[in-house]
Amino acid sequence: MAKPLTAAEMETSLHVWLETEFTYFKVEQLAAELAPLAREEQDFILGWIRRIASTHITLAWQFGRRAPALLPRMERRLLEAWAVHTCDVFDRTGLQTALRVMEEVDSFDDAQHLNDAAGALFEDIAPVLGNFVCGLSGRRLKLEEGDAAWTDGERIVLPPLIAALPNLDDNFQLAKATVALLWAQTRYGSLRIDHAAVASGYADPERALARLHALETLRLTACIARELPGLHRQMQRLRAEIDPALPSGWQRFEAALASDQATQDDSLAMLGAAYDEADCPQWSDQGCLRPDAIAAARAVRLDKEKARLRIKLAELLEEHQVAQPDPQAAPETPPELDVTPRDENGLLDFDITLDDAPIAPPEGVKQLLTSVYLDFGEIPPDYLTPAGDGEYDANRVFDQPEDPDAVWHGTYHEKGAELYPEWDHGRQHYRKNWCVMREKAVTPVHDSFYRDTLDKYAGVVKQLRRKFEALRDENRLDKRQTQGDEIDLDALIEALADAKDGSEMSDRLFVRLHRAERNIAVAFLVDMSGSTKGWINEAEREALVLLCEALELLGDRYAIYGFSGTTRKRCELFRIKTFDERYGDEVKARISGIRPQEYTRMGFSLRHMTKLLNQVEAKTRVLVTLSDGRPDDYFDVYRGQYGIEDTRMALLEAARTGIHPFCVTLDRDARDYLPHMYGSARYIILDDVRQLPVKVTDIYRRITT
Amino acid sequence: MNARTLDPAHHLIEKEPYYEAVGDEIQLFEAAYRQQIPVLLKGPTGCGKTRFMEHMAWRLKRPLITVSCHDDLTASDLVGRYLVKGGETVWVDGPLTRAVRCGGICYLDEIVEARKDTMVVIHPLADDRRTLPMEKLGQEVEAPPEFCLAISYNPGYQSVLKDLKQSTRQRFVALEFDYPSAALERRIVATESGVSDAVADNLVRFAQMTRNLKGSGLEEGASTRLLVHAGKLIADGVSPVTACKAAVAQAVTDDADMLKAIQELSSSIF
Repeated sequence: MAKPLTAAEMETSLHVWLETEFTYFKVEQLAAELAPLAREEQDFILGWIRRIASTHITLAWQFGRRAPALLPRMERRLLEAWAVHTCDVFDRTGLQTALRVMEEVDSFDDAQHLNDAAGALFEDIAPVLGNFVCGLSGRRLKLEEGDAAWTDGERIVLPPLIAALPNLDDNFQLAKATVALLWAQTRYGSLRIDHAAVASGYADPERALARLHALETLRLTACIARELPGLHRQMQRLRAEIDPALPSGWQRFEAALASDQATQDDSLAMLGAAYDEADCPQWSDQGCLRPDAIAAARAVRLDKEKARLRIKLAELLEEHQVAQPDPQAAPETPPELDVTPRDENGLLDFDITLDDAPIAPPEGVKQLLTSVYLDFGEIPPDYLTPAGDGEYDANRVFDQPEDPDAVWHGTYHEKGAELYPEWDHGRQHYRKNWCVMREKAVTPVHDSFYRDTLDKYAGVVKQLRRKFEALRDENRLDKRQTQGDEIDLDALIEALADAKDGSEMSDRLFVRLHRAERNIAVAFLVDMSGSTKGWINEAEREALVLLCEALELLGDRYAIYGFSGTTRKRCELFRIKTFDERYGDEVKARISGIRPQEYTRMGFSLRHMTKLLNQVEAKTRVLVTLSDGRPDDYFDVYRGQYGIEDTRMALLEAARTGIHPFCVTLDRDARDYLPHMYGSARYIILDDVRQLPVKVTDIYRRITT
Repeated sequence: MNARTLDPAHHLIEKEPYYEAVGDEIQLFEAAYRQQIPVLLKGPTGCGKTRFMEHMAWRLKRPLITVSCHDDLTASDLVGRYLVKGGETVWVDGPLTRAVRCGGICYLDEIVEARKDTMVVIHPLADDRRTLPMEKLGQEVEAPPEFCLAISYNPGYQSVLKDLKQSTRQRFVALEFDYPSAALERRIVATESGVSDAVADNLVRFAQMTRNLKGSGLEEGASTRLLVHAGKLIADGVSPVTACKAAVAQAVTDDADMLKAIQELSSSIF
């Protein structure tokens, strides 16, 4: 084992990481605390101080001050999770809240966290339980991370760590039971209760709500016993292990609520009696009740869904009237629409009849009906009157795609944008939802650029056409095959001659039509940063024109996007051509309209293109980037190592999903960082900007054959 | 023990294949058959299309020739080709030609997978001409009234490459298949696999849960066929959770998280 570092050795590093020249942190004391530890422990803590320092120095200092004391009593996995969580909180809400999270660890109580080592971390269980809850019937619920376990009828919130039991499997089962109980609140009507009104009828509203929650938990447990008996067995086992037995006074409630006829109204009816009970049972899987959140979500949902349903029904009606034009029946009486919900076998379904004739509701209508049914326990008649013309403004009722520019005119927010993570190499972790990305359109410029370029490169274009036409994989006849559509006469004659001759006869006697399909999808990502102004921009545009000419010949599917951005809050991708778009005048005008914008933040654009490319069905997917140099952003850490590492990571991610990244760069000066940054991707450096248009098509030909 | 070799062109299905009608598909098919109109079966995988064809072949007492189409299936694979036998070339009929000649039912399963040139062969068979052109022989075979052409296709793939051309689809009477209703599916699972009604009920409930997942990470939910598989394993003594894992979860996805989620669903039910 390596020798522990001395205090002096550590001080040197700590001075640098914590920038003591400006911050005046007393690192001597910290180094002294670390000195008696084993080398491995020192490395662990020092590593994290360095990683956190790249996010914020004060946080790193606070971590350093606490970590040595925590190490003996806290599992390393948790210490790490705590450090990452603090950084995430800092990313989201700033230093103050992050410091508070940091301090919470002081109240870390051994006894309470006895089982943390075996705890189920939210990020580990979320993918599984998210799908789990999707599979259960009813409204689609989202799974989110929060301070505790609760639900508002649209999402289920779980705490970051569930660790009530000494082993991981049981903690996972506990999380699953919690999710199922929270789901059941939506599914079996608990959320239909007006909690505020109920609570106001009692002297001690808190006491009343706690008892109501307990009654409902009893009822929902019985529902789960019927619907999900396997899970119910697990719940019983876990409850026997960690929860106290049901108080004797409550047994009668349990028995009454176990009936399959019991509803939330029965719980309400028993609340008076339960209120007088001295004890109130609590289970570790029941989560908490948040009446305010439930009411708020419901208030927003009701009106919106009523409007949506009525509009959808009007559309449905219109379709059916068009489909069955019946001149005799003048529409004197409005058509009678009737919906019967069927709630059987754990499955919610709806029969819709129009004037007594059944019609098949589209999926969207079914989901709306499900949601409305869960809110009311029936479909209220006024929800079934189809909306009249102009009664609702569709723009308000349905979520509209945000105009990417309008966002900047109003307040500064992240609405309607896509969020992408970014790799922080200092932290050795992703910064979650860090880049706010929007797709924008390039303003087309209808000028003679396209024709001028073709004229300018007339010779090259002619050559290109020849080269690319040769590349087009034509159908051809493969001769001398063992199987095929027709007999290969030459081969047969030869074989017969061989047979006469006494030698063995070949069995390769057929011709077969070989159909080669070039099944390639390629995305071009063009640098639109300010540094491309002038020559580079022009060369890029010319290169794109020539590329498009060549690609049209080949019939490969391709898309062209430009990227630029100022800080992580304003990452922009400019649509020049999507995969589905035809190469027409509009696209040509957009290529002509490519103008240098702001900075070179590359990670988000690579991640977004990876996502787009993976949606295209193709055997081979290629991602080609054209850029003029190292990643850079406005007054941001992105400049330098951080940007290089993030770009490298994004390229690795792309390669991992099976995309072939290829980078063309014009950076002549700094070749030293390129091999590292491009890592998994292949790349080429062009010395002369003027070569770009000619070279790029050539490169494309090489990488796709 | 020797396996029996069957000549599909002369083999009639003797025993009634078990089939539960979901709607009026049997009546529709019989009418189309009498009127000599070809039939297109639409629907997700494992919902009973092939079984339906077997059942109809038994009902109509015609031989059934099934061709599972793949992306290398050419027109000559269907019509026939010359083979070389000891220095001479011999013409061998393809399955489609055989079906036409013997007046059987030819069922082209997953027709969109086949190469585009196969469509050209079935077009004249699928309209009122009802003839099969055999270019290489310079012949045209006229289909007898007993001949019937049926094709199937799964519209769920949603890929532009795998869509049926209008000129093809508009020659057929289309029968749409979907997963049967819960009660019917329960009966099918119980009858086919021999499990009790209660187990069948849970299996159907489980299938419904996986179908809820369609679109959020799962391409298709569990089909009736998979439920029957799971049911057979359970009837043979495998524990329900293990059976669901092997027969359903592993069959519908490879994604680790999704697998675990589906297993959690099945362990919640059983």
